[in-house]
Amino acid sequence: MKLKKPAKKPLVLSAYTVVTALGKGLEPTYAALRSRRSGLRPCDFEDVGIKTYIGRADGLEDLPVGSGSITKGLEQFDCRNNRLALLGLQQDGFTQAAIEARERYGTHRVAVILGTSTSGILVTEHAYRERDPQTGALPASFISRYRYTHNMFSLAHFVRAYLSLQGPAMVISTACSSSAKAFATASRFIEAGFCDAAIVGGVDSLCLTTLYGFGALELMSSGPCRPCDEDRDGLTLGEAAGFALLEKAERAAHAGAVALLGYGESCDGYHMSHPHPEGAGAIRAMQGALLRSGLNPRDIDYINLHGTATRANDSIEDKAVHSVFGSSIPCSSTKGWTGHTLGAAGITEAVIAAICLTRGFIPGTLNTTRVDSSLRSSVLLKNQEQPVRRVLSNIFGFGGNNCSLILGTV
Amino acid sequence: MRLYVNGIGTLGPGLIGWRETRAVLAGASPYRETARPEPTASILPPNEHRRSSTIVRWAVHVAQEAIEQAQVNPREVATVFASSCGETGVLDRLCTALATPQRVISPTLFHHSVHNAAAGYWGIATGSQQSSTALACNDSSFCAALLEAAAYAHIEERLVLLVAYDLPPPLPLYVARPLREGFAAAFVLAGTPVDHSLAQLDLNLSDDLSGDVTNMEDAGLEALRSGNPAARSLPLLAAVAGHQAACVCLEYLEDQRLLIQVTPCQS
Repeated sequence: MKLKKPAKKPLVLSAYTVVTALGKGLEPTYAALRSRRSGLRPCDFEDVGIKTYIGRADGLEDLPVGSGSITKGLEQFDCRNNRLALLGLQQDGFTQAAIEARERYGTHRVAVILGTSTSGILVTEHAYRERDPQTGALPASFISRYRYTHNMFSLAHFVRAYLSLQGPAMVISTACSSSAKAFATASRFIEAGFCDAAIVGGVDSLCLTTLYGFGALELMSSGPCRPCDEDRDGLTLGEAAGFALLEKAERAAHAGAVALLGYGESCDGYHMSHPHPEGAGAIRAMQGALLRSGLNPRDIDYINLHGTATRANDSIEDKAVHSVFGSSIPCSSTKGWTGHTLGAAGITEAVIAAICLTRGFIPGTLNTTRVDSSLRSSVLLKNQEQPVRRVLSNIFGFGGNNCSLILGTV
Repeated sequence: MRLYVNGIGTLGPGLIGWRETRAVLAGASPYRETARPEPTASILPPNEHRRSSTIVRWAVHVAQEAIEQAQVNPREVATVFASSCGETGVLDRLCTALATPQRVISPTLFHHSVHNAAAGYWGIATGSQQSSTALACNDSSFCAALLEAAAYAHIEERLVLLVAYDLPPPLPLYVARPLREGFAAAFVLAGTPVDHSLAQLDLNLSDDLSGDVTNMEDAGLEALRSGNPAARSLPLLAAVAGHQAACVCLEYLEDQRLLIQVTPCQS
């Protein structure tokens, strides 16, 4: 692999937040991680008749976009995915921080780069049940709002409109790695001078496509997922919205601030839904993140695994992690708390990494009782109180698309 | 930000391959809108070729042409795939199945529904493990991808293959997103020139909306440009085909413009 210069100065996450099944914002997320309270529950999403658990965000049914004064005029964006986005934007002072960035840099100088895998597909799933029996046409109310709901750009469109931003924007949709890759692209956009700051993150919400799709692939557990467990039997789907404001360190750094130290992106070039057997792409992503950050493997204090709890992912990720880091660095998966939030997994776990850095603890893998004896990495089962300065977070997705992020304090 | 175009691939009605497209766009032969062409995408192994969706084959087809023209090893090239609508054919089949009482969907169909399906298939066909980004930005998807590719080529110091592709969705989704015709274009882009570079591009992002967005003189080509997000690349393709200095202005959402100064390279 070609050696690269590390980034001149790391970018700071000057504000960040997340909404998952654990609750709204950093406090309930931290409290649930500390008390080892899972957000997973038996599937009660719509009339889905699959025996599984889900990580569902509460209250979305009662929060239509456009109903209150702050989202007046944005009614056309209303869908589960954008409701979740709105809920995320309203936590931990994120909206205020974004507005301050807009005022500081100018509306054209703040980018919106977000990830999602399925966007607002739930509205299309519903619309297909209401097709005209004679013509097959979809309802007119769906047709006129498709652009603002299911269209893949809808999420960034909504966030831009809500925050009155006019800078560069895009939605990255590389399945599960989407919102992790948003950090890499935003980092490049800032370094290239296309913008001065960026709203990054992503949103993915529960829908029939992913529930029945992962069901069809037989990758879904019937109970709450048990990452790295000897008897793990699949993933649990979750939903999440998470955002971070990325800015140059010289403008936003303060002692203890959380920064993006490095990222690594790669592909498996192997199979659409099965990881490369030797974890070649995963290894490349982790090494890329180390190179960019200028760090050595031993500089990492904790690895937040992709750890989906499928048989294949956890054993192949373990191989890859072990080959780069050996077996001395504590690793865990937090999917037992949130479920696999797909395109939002990158931002969810980046925010969890930020919580570990600022609160000085490492969450032990939840729901797992016996670590698979074939795994060679150091998989933690119990929470550990210790200073944490640098966290590597792994995110791997369908299409063999991988991204590793390194976050640390400055 | 300066970029070099080292290879191009195109596919659209009456625009099959760069050689034909260049002749049409340079004005050497008239544009005749033909029936929608069939992609070959011969780089896909037979099994993958059979399994892949039509739109995946469109994307892979132009990617293959651009890579061959640039004479580079695809394993050394990072990729940026841009599509406004992505896998609408697959989504139509999924949503149709999910609207039945049984809700039985095929696992293959499900993993083909991801927006990065074309990127995934390109990776499988070439064995490339380089970074791959799949993005969407409505009608500005090509413009967003060009910025991502430019930033990647400079900062990560690697060749980038940009592939923009969109097909009209099948009914009934077509009514929600009525794209005119299919179009795909691929560019191999580099931060530094090679002997066979086709053109030098100087990119500038601007907030000044006073200038005109570049469109196509020919009515047929203009209909294609304005009716398909991937075909928003046509003015840039035309400037490269014209083989003389030109300035292209692309719309980046409603708020910004991407100005591209195109300078031909000796070849």
